[in-house]
This record gives sequence, structure tokens and C-alpha cells, in this order.
Amino acid sequence: MFFKLTPTTGQPLYLQLMQQIRHATETGALQDGDQLPGIRTLAEELVVSPNTVAKAYSELEHDGLLELRQGSGAFVSVKRRTRSLADHVQVARRRLRDLIEQLRENGLLDEEIKRAFEAELLYPAEIVRKR
Amino acid sequence: MTNTPAIQTHDLTKSYGSLTAVRGLNLTVAPKRITAFLGQNGAGKSTTIKMLLGMTRPTSGDGAVLGKRITDAAENRELRGKVAYVAEDKPLYGYMTVEQTIFFASSFYSDWRPDEASRLLSEYKLPPQRKVKSLSKGMRTKLALLLAFARRSELLILDEPSEGLDPVAIEHLLQTLVARAAEGVAIFFSSHQIAEVERVADHVCILEKGRLLVDASLDHLRQFYRRIELVFPFPPPEREFRITGVERIQTKGLQMSVFASSNAQDVVERAHNLNAVSVEVAPIGLRDIFLETVKEN
Repeated sequence: MFFKLTPTTGQPLYLQLMQQIRHATETGALQDGDQLPGIRTLAEELVVSPNTVAKAYSELEHDGLLELRQGSGAFVSVKRRTRSLADHVQVARRRLRDLIEQLRENGLLDEEIKRAFEAELLYPAEIVRKR
Repeated sequence: MTNTPAIQTHDLTKSYGSLTAVRGLNLTVAPKRITAFLGQNGAGKSTTIKMLLGMTRPTSGDGAVLGKRITDAAENRELRGKVAYVAEDKPLYGYMTVEQTIFFASSFYSDWRPDEASRLLSEYKLPPQRKVKSLSKGMRTKLALLLAFARRSELLILDEPSEGLDPVAIEHLLQTLVARAAEGVAIFFSSHQIAEVERVADHVCILEKGRLLVDASLDHLRQFYRRIELVFPFPPPEREFRITGVERIQTKGLQMSVFASSNAQDVVERAHNLNAVSVEVAPIGLRDIFLETVKEN
């Protein structure tokens, strides 16, 4: 499994790692029962603080996507819910494609669309829900 | 014991005559975490570290390292047995060989790990028979790091550990830091290598003219520090944006750039209410946070 953390994106590294693991379960790159590297091994590989990996693992365990077994590591636990999530992602992609097409027709440049997306994504999830 | 801060200082101050190197420093370094200590040359980082290790006496204030008071001679001796330290100038005896230096160090540290020392010796490709005085700067740094990493310490204090190292050696150093942190060792290191700090550190402290200006986790910095670029159809109403969290505002013609340490949403909301034509929010990297913090003061 390959992970790529970007220190400058304005998103905590543990969240990036969580999203990439979640994404991998949605694409099928990680399957039910697969083992992830131990905290120390992954931290050394990514050259990030072990606390970053530990936080991502424990949050994913809390979400039910990982099972942490004392001494033997982290195991992926993919239930039906995440499979349907993969479907949601597909639907979302189609909707995004339509939206982007529409914005282009309105005369926005790709660079402007990209920046608008990035700016909106910078809001923490809770705030978006409130608005 | 596990929740005792690795380092804690109370109003720690050091003056040299009329020059105050460190003023009223209240620093807390958490156990089991990687904390980076940033600041320009002369900001007071090394003076702070020397006070922590009892190498120079504070003018006022006090502190504790691993729960031991730094100004108490007996407690300070005790804490030094548990702290591995790499000094800024990497002092070593020039007339000794690499091998003799390692043997010499192993004889007075009770927490010495011989297996770790020989593993690092071969990983660092240090020539055992070479005299220290004929080592390159990078090799001297590696030897000084080896002496610290070969101990089973509870706290690692490293003053500019990557100085003189090439990119491969820096990568190796960072991996070693990560491995030690995974073993539960607290790490406190000063560095000018901001890109590296940004990758491995859990927490950052920025010192400027002896004062602690930023003391936050990197997660916090990533989540809340934002630059908001605004364009108005009229001269930007700067005053409307002097709110909590806004650290700095720059205006050029109809453009305005806001540097915020929190509250970016409020800035955006205000901008919309004031009819800004363009509102762009972008995260701020540690390098820019550092430069802005230092510039402001």
C-alpha cells in the first residue's frame, strides 16, 4: 500500500492518512482482513511522527474501518456500508463532471474552478453542515 | 510518571548584562512527542537548551526536565543521566579516533546500547580508525548523533542536528527520530530545516528575541492558519478586518492580503458582506508562518 502525505496542504497529516486508507478500501486496493504496517514501520516509511499514524489508526478503529490487535497490528475491516460508499463516490463523480461542464460553459477557467473547489474544501466539515 | 511534561519552564529568563537572551519563557514539551524549536540565529534557542541542562544558570525563573528541577544541582545531575543531548557545536575530542570516542562515551553512560552504537556506526559509514579532528563537518555531526542515539534516554535534546548533513543523511536522521519517538522517547530539537520539521514534528515552538511567539501543534497550524486574498471594487476597508485571529493585513491598490491564525471563516464572511469581488483562501506552510511571525516582531 502506498501513501503520500503532503505537509503543506492545510490538512492535518493524520486526516490525510485516514482519507487515503478509506479511499483504498473504497477502490478495493485494501480488502477486508488486509493487514496494515505497524505504527512504527509506517511512521519510518513515511518519515512522519508515529503519533500521526497512531492517531489515524485509532480514529479509523473508532469509525469501524480498522481493527487494532494488541501486538499484531492493524487489520482492515470492510463492511457493506463502505461498499455503498464506493457507489456514492461514483455518483458524486458524475455530478461533479456535470457541474464542472456547466461552470466551463459559464466562462470559468479550469484554474478558477480548481481554486474555488480548494477554497470550499478548506472549511472544516462541521461548518459546512451548519451553513 | 507518563504524563509528566518532558520539559516545563516558568518565566525562564537569562540576561547577559543589558542583553536579555531569553525573557519570561513558559515552555511545555509533552512526553512521547516530537517538538521542534524554531527561531532565527540569536533568538535564544541554545541559551534555553543550556539552561535546561544546567550548563548556564537562569537569571530568574525556573524549570523542570523529566520532573527534575533544573536549578537544583543534585536534581540536575540526575536529569542529565536521562537526557541525551547533541550540542550545537558538536564538541568532541579531536585527538581521539571515532572508535575511541565511542568507547569513551560508552564508559560513562549507564544507559548505553552497544548493539545500537555498532549498528549506527556501520549505517553512518563512519571510519572507526579516523581521528575526530580529520572528520568532515557532516561526519562529526553523525558521530555526535550516534553518541546520543546509542543511549536509552527518556528525552533527546538536539541543537541543530541536521547541520552539515547531506539530504540522504538528513532523511536517515529523521527516520531515527521517528523510530525513537515510536519507542516513547520525547524529542526536542532546534532546526533551520523547516521543510523537515514540517514533516516529522508534532508540535512547534517559535522563539523570537527570547520570547515564545508560536506554541502550537502542527495539526492546529494546518487547520487554522490561512491566507485570505481579497479584491475589492474600492480601496480595501482594512479596519473592518482587524478582528481576533487576524495577525497581519497588507494592502496593494484594490487587493488585500490577510494572514490569519484563526477565524478565517469570519474574514471570508466579512469580505462577502463588504462586496469583495474575489475571495481566495489558502493554507499557509510552516515556512511562511515562521517568516511572518519573525517579520512582525
